[in-house]
Parts: sequence; C-alpha cells; structure tokens
Amino acid sequence: MKYSYFPGCSAESTARDMHESTLAVAAALGVELVEPHGWTCCGATAGHQTDRVLAAALPAATLIKAADAGLDLIVNCAACYNRMKVANHEIATNQQVRAEVAEATGRDYDGSVKVRHLLEVLLEDVGIDAITAALRGSLAGMKVASYYGCLLVRPKEVTGFDDPENPTSLDRLITAMGGTALDWPHKVECCGGGLSMSRTDVVVNLTDSIVGMAKAAGAECIAVSCPMCQINLDMRQLDIARIKGTRHEMPVLYITQLLGLCLGLPAQNLGLNKLMISPARVVKAVVNAA
Amino acid sequence: MVRVRLCLLNIELSELDMTITISKNKSARSIAQRVREITGVDLSVCYQCRKCTSGCPVSAMAKCPPSEMMRRLHLDMGEELLDSDILWMCVSCETCSTRCPMGIDVAAVMDALRKIAMERGAVKGEGNVPLFNKAFLKTVEVFGRTYDLAMIAAYKLGSRKLMADTEKFPTMLTKRKIALLPPTGADRKMVRRIFKKTKENKAADK
Repeated sequence: MKYSYFPGCSAESTARDMHESTLAVAAALGVELVEPHGWTCCGATAGHQTDRVLAAALPAATLIKAADAGLDLIVNCAACYNRMKVANHEIATNQQVRAEVAEATGRDYDGSVKVRHLLEVLLEDVGIDAITAALRGSLAGMKVASYYGCLLVRPKEVTGFDDPENPTSLDRLITAMGGTALDWPHKVECCGGGLSMSRTDVVVNLTDSIVGMAKAAGAECIAVSCPMCQINLDMRQLDIARIKGTRHEMPVLYITQLLGLCLGLPAQNLGLNKLMISPARVVKAVVNAA
Repeated sequence: MVRVRLCLLNIELSELDMTITISKNKSARSIAQRVREITGVDLSVCYQCRKCTSGCPVSAMAKCPPSEMMRRLHLDMGEELLDSDILWMCVSCETCSTRCPMGIDVAAVMDALRKIAMERGAVKGEGNVPLFNKAFLKTVEVFGRTYDLAMIAAYKLGSRKLMADTEKFPTMLTKRKIALLPPTGADRKMVRRIFKKTKENKAADK
C-alpha cells in the first residue's frame, strides 16, 4: 500500500507528535507514505477567510504535485484534509474557480486527486482485521471519548467522511484496540479551531465544555485526529484551570499514539512526551495489559 | 399562537425583543448583492428556522447570531452589517452549512462578509482576527509553509497581547513542541506566484 502523504505545516512544529506517530504506525502496518516534493501550506482558516481563489489555489499547489505522483493523497490533519477536499470540490464543480486557480498556479488542474484521511485508509484499506492481528497490547477496557471536531465531517457533501452528526470511525478503532468507545454528546462540537490565539476566551469556553463533558461521561482519555483539536483540548486545560479553577487533567492523545502503543511501538517514537497533560496513566494501562 | 408558544417557553414578552433596526444601503453595490456575486448563494430561500443559530458554537456569546445575519442580508442592510461581532467570532466550523434545511452555505456567506469587511475597512472586532490571518499568511507567502514563531511574534506585536500564553513557552520549548527554525523544502516559487496573482485580482476587483 503506497500513498502520497501530506504532513501539513504543524507536523514540523506543534504537531510533531502527530507526524511521528503517523509514520510509526504506518510503517508497522505496511503502509508506505511518500511526501510530495515541495509540498506547501493549505492556507488553513486564514486562507479561506481571506480570499476564495487563494483558498483553492494554495491546496492546489500540493494537489498538482500529488497528481504528478499518481497516488491517492493521505492527510492526517483534519483541517488540511478539509481544505484539500474543499479545493478539489470547488475546482471540479466551478469552471471559473478552476480557471483562476490555473492562472494563479500556472498549471491546469481538474480536482481529481483522491484525498483521503488516514482514518479512512486504516479502516478501508488496512482493515480492522489486519489491525487487530498486528496488536501487541490492549486498551484493556479503558473508557475513551472519541472527538472528531468539525473539519473531518463537515460539510458532508464535500468531505464525505463518515456520519456528520454521529461518526464512528475512531470508535471502531478504539473498540478494536480493546477500549470502551464512549457514547457521548460532544463528538462533533467545535473546539474553537483557529481562534486559539486571537479569541482565547472563546476557545477556553468551548474546550471547557467539551473536556468537561468527556469527564462527565467517564472518559479516561480523549482520542483526536486533528492538531488544532489536540492543542486546544490539551493545552487550554492549563487556562481552564487558571481562569475557571477546574482541573480536568484529561489526557488528549492522537489516535495514532493510542494505536502505536497497542501495536507495541516504543513510546519515544510516538511523541508522547510532547503532550501538555501527561498521558502516563494511559501508557501504564496499555503496558500493564500487554 | 405566538402567545401560547411564549408561555410554554416561559419567556417574558419584554425579553423577546426581536426588533432589527437597519439603515439602508448607501453604496451602489449592496452588501447582499456582493455576497451573492462572491458565493453564488441564493439568500432568499432562508426562512429563518434558526437551525444555524441553534448549532452555532459561538451564538450564545455573539450579539448577532448567524440567523440574524441572514435576516439582515434579506433586509439589505448597509455598512454596519459588517460591524456585527459574529463575523470575527465565527470559528468556521461549518455546522450552520451542514444543518441548513435549505442547503444554504452559511459558512461561505460568512467568508464573503469577512472579505467585504476587509475591502471596506470595517471594524476588526475583539482579538483582531484579520491581523492574525495576515500574520499567518505572510509566513506562508515567505516560507511556503507556516512559521509559528514569526506568526506569533507578528500577531503579538500588532495586537499588543504580548503576555498572552508566555507562561507556556518554557514548557513548549523543553518539549520541543514548537519549531525554532523556519520551515524549509517548500515550493516557494509557486506559492509566491499564487499570492502575487491573488493581489492582482484584488486590485482589479476594486
């Protein structure tokens, strides 16, 4: 199984842990990931809030490189995934956008590169059976709240990922790893995304509600698949404690980190030391179950 | 009918002030018209069911929730529409677009309104999101990828939020949670070309 792989800018900075654990898990499961040479930023929220053509042309710069490689493009960051999907949709359905993107990038591109989230590859191509067979450890009944956030599942007609109101992709992986996937109401609530710096007050309110709900549902940790969700839910717990006096102490792990642990991969290859809220309890539980 | 519903919801009539005061458009190209041009959205199909507002994560914190924004557009409100706080509080989560029974891409309408607000120099709201976006995109234009440290520095200086989050920096540095050096390896040439063309389009638009 060979794919083009778009790490996204945060993979080189605040989400090195997501990137490292993705590479480790992919290698362990026989998934070959090749970065398109010279990949560039998808533009993120700042791009689409600024200009429609910029928002389509920036992802197109990388999509063109993936088209040349002739492979499906795998993205693990939910936000990049969303921007790539939206750009493809806009270019494929709107002639004017396609022409403007061609003008901006210097290359005509038809929006045809298949963009897939890593979760889709794990569930559809690798498959639950193969993953289960490769496991060396277990979550041993640990209660995990799967958090999908916004950009994986919305808008449904563009991302086509799972169910927009009650997705279960992460839950299926948690169950396969021997965990208890919690039924809880905040799976697709918003963490505040890109407003983390500009409107920290808004983000603190939103993340407090999400982490608090996970705690109320009995979660021992939260599983995510987006660097914005991860840093907001993890790091902002320090602000929640400071401003609101509530100490949630809720570890927020990437699904690839949980999977890596259960695959028996060394913790240092999974970037676990980068989490702000210590995942020691989670690591200990998996190691004890092995 | 209205009275029955209000009793059920236990709302005092005085609390339920649904009056919207608008001033008419002064410019030749109305804001609603411009939104239609940018997005291709048919604003007239909105029937004010308020599903967008019910699902909006920031509607409880905003003075003007998304459904009211849609109504203001219906009524062809003038420039002060661009001062609505929701514009820069909106987190682009797309819940409104996903849940709209008429399939209106409300999130795209918000993007269009932000673009118009920037063009017409409207107020930037608390937190100065346009400055954040500018700082973010500037690093992309220069390096081809985001460079967090430069972006954070530019935003902090511009917004005078110098002390915010500084207490987390030592931990982030020890954990190497943030890159110190600028990114390398991106196809900067293509990215610069994209920014150049976008700026040319913007100039032509005016």
